[in-house]
Amino acid sequence: MQPMTTEQIRALIARGKLKDTLFQAIGILCLGIGLLVIFLLVGDMLMRGMERLNIEFFTEFASRRASQSGILSAWVGTLLVMLVTAAAAVPLGVAAGIYLEEYAKRNWVTDIIEINITNLAAVPSIVYGLLALGIFVYTFGFGQSILSAGLTLALLILPIVIVATREAIRSIPAMIREGSMAVGATRWQTCRYHIIPYAMPGILTGVIIGLARAIGETAPIITIGALTFIAFLPPAPFAPTGMDGATAGMFDWVMSPFTVMPIQIFNWTSRPDPAFEVNAAAAGFVLMGMVLSMNAVAIWLRYRMRKNIKW
Amino acid sequence: MSAKSASDLHQVSDRLAHNALRNVNERLIELVLFAAAAVSVLTTVGIVYVLVSESIHFFQNVSIVDFLTDNQWTPLFDDAHYGIMVLISGTLVSSGVALAVAIPMGTIIAIYLSEFANPKVREVAKPVLELLGGIPTIVFGYFALLIVTPLLQKIFPELPGFSLLSAGLVMGIMIVPYIASLSEDAMRAVPMSMREGSYAMGATKLYTAIHVVVPAAVSGLAASYILGISRAVGETMILAVAAGMQPNLTWNPMEPAATITSYIVQVALGDLPHGSIGYQTIFAAGLTLLLITLVFNIIGQWLRRRYREAY
Repeated sequence: MQPMTTEQIRALIARGKLKDTLFQAIGILCLGIGLLVIFLLVGDMLMRGMERLNIEFFTEFASRRASQSGILSAWVGTLLVMLVTAAAAVPLGVAAGIYLEEYAKRNWVTDIIEINITNLAAVPSIVYGLLALGIFVYTFGFGQSILSAGLTLALLILPIVIVATREAIRSIPAMIREGSMAVGATRWQTCRYHIIPYAMPGILTGVIIGLARAIGETAPIITIGALTFIAFLPPAPFAPTGMDGATAGMFDWVMSPFTVMPIQIFNWTSRPDPAFEVNAAAAGFVLMGMVLSMNAVAIWLRYRMRKNIKW
Repeated sequence: MSAKSASDLHQVSDRLAHNALRNVNERLIELVLFAAAAVSVLTTVGIVYVLVSESIHFFQNVSIVDFLTDNQWTPLFDDAHYGIMVLISGTLVSSGVALAVAIPMGTIIAIYLSEFANPKVREVAKPVLELLGGIPTIVFGYFALLIVTPLLQKIFPELPGFSLLSAGLVMGIMIVPYIASLSEDAMRAVPMSMREGSYAMGATKLYTAIHVVVPAAVSGLAASYILGISRAVGETMILAVAAGMQPNLTWNPMEPAATITSYIVQVALGDLPHGSIGYQTIFAAGLTLLLITLVFNIIGQWLRRRYREAY
């Protein structure tokens, strides 16, 4: 190999630097495409759905006429399903996380549980729908109800809540536990009065991200057979049912048929009449608003946490 | 014995009783926490049980050979054929398109963020990517059908209103955040000293990234690609909305076709009686889907172990 002259070396360096700059440009371009998609999506849905985004859209039921359709049953359904999901996934996920971090001994049972949680996170969501169809809908006889849907989504987001809980607990230094136990607290008292409160912001972040994922899930809920056309609301607790002064029970609503936002959007996008596209856009905008604001809260929480905690 | 020591004895026995009670409580709480952790295992058992038991009924009526070799999928017609390859082809083609977008884009973004971007850009880019990954898939379906398909039709005028191509492209965008974020984590875990060694030899940033950092992080990259594949294979709503739902044995992304997941959605939207053969087909399809994702996960875990580099 010939020794290079200074000019050649300079040219080589310049070429290397050019490649670096080019790659940076490509990298920024790729990131830009992601950003562009978000803006395009939100912008398009807002422009298209603008005319339908008014109070009536939120207070009307779905209808055969596109211009009179609203999302009342859909957003109430989404809210109630999320209530069931949170009520099931939060205690289960937090308890499982605490067990794995604070109690579990290193043995094969723990290994199986851990491998399981990792694998469950990779199972397609529609498979959870089939599980729910077989178990919740038919074996347990919950039917196509808010309860079935809520429990299905709870199982779906359980790995997210467990992983978030474990990470939050793992970041608490051992001296906290030692201090607590040194003054005679039991393991559970340590968890109850120290570990859980300190891990709370992290757990909360995971729960919000999990719920934001659940709120947009469509496939498992379609699979259990949720109806798309619902023109009534689930019975409110203790509301009169109409017959001889009888009232609905406290929890009658969990067994009620329902629809949710994503299913309503799916229904509207799959209709041939373009008038329904406007509705789909408006409903999509509302759903995006819910999901993005939940994610924003989670990101903000995490940011604050990182700033505040100084062990 | 003096009165004082008798009362002491009393106190001691009280405390022992209290401690015994406390221990029982502790054991109980540990049991409850363990039960919560075991729910994840039960979920897996439930999934396998439901899919396998319903599929056994299905395969009592349809031979496995027909299931794997027939080139028609018409389970709801009088002349019923059950050739799963029809659905698998749709799944593989759409996933192929998605990965052709997601793997290059995700990797480039990961390299850019981990090797080139300054920390401020990274602080902003990561949450944005997270938001992109958090968009509900039904909204992406809307995006594919009403924005991407018309755009593509300007380039390919013969493209039909539903196609695997536009659904696959949007699926790719959806998967980018998963691949980018996991790959970036893997690359950032490569110790700084390896980069410094490379820089000291006069290598440029890009050369170092491609020839030092990427090979060192290859097991993490592989894991992120595998996760991307699982997401693509299991994705449902984008395909149900934008790829059409008619079964079509094709390897051409320009055509509409049903996938395993969109077939399940289609059946679930109809009103098939519990226990009919049509009802059982979705469990056979679901089992196929689960097996495909399982195979990819096993390959991924093998790759990770094979190429794992510890520092």
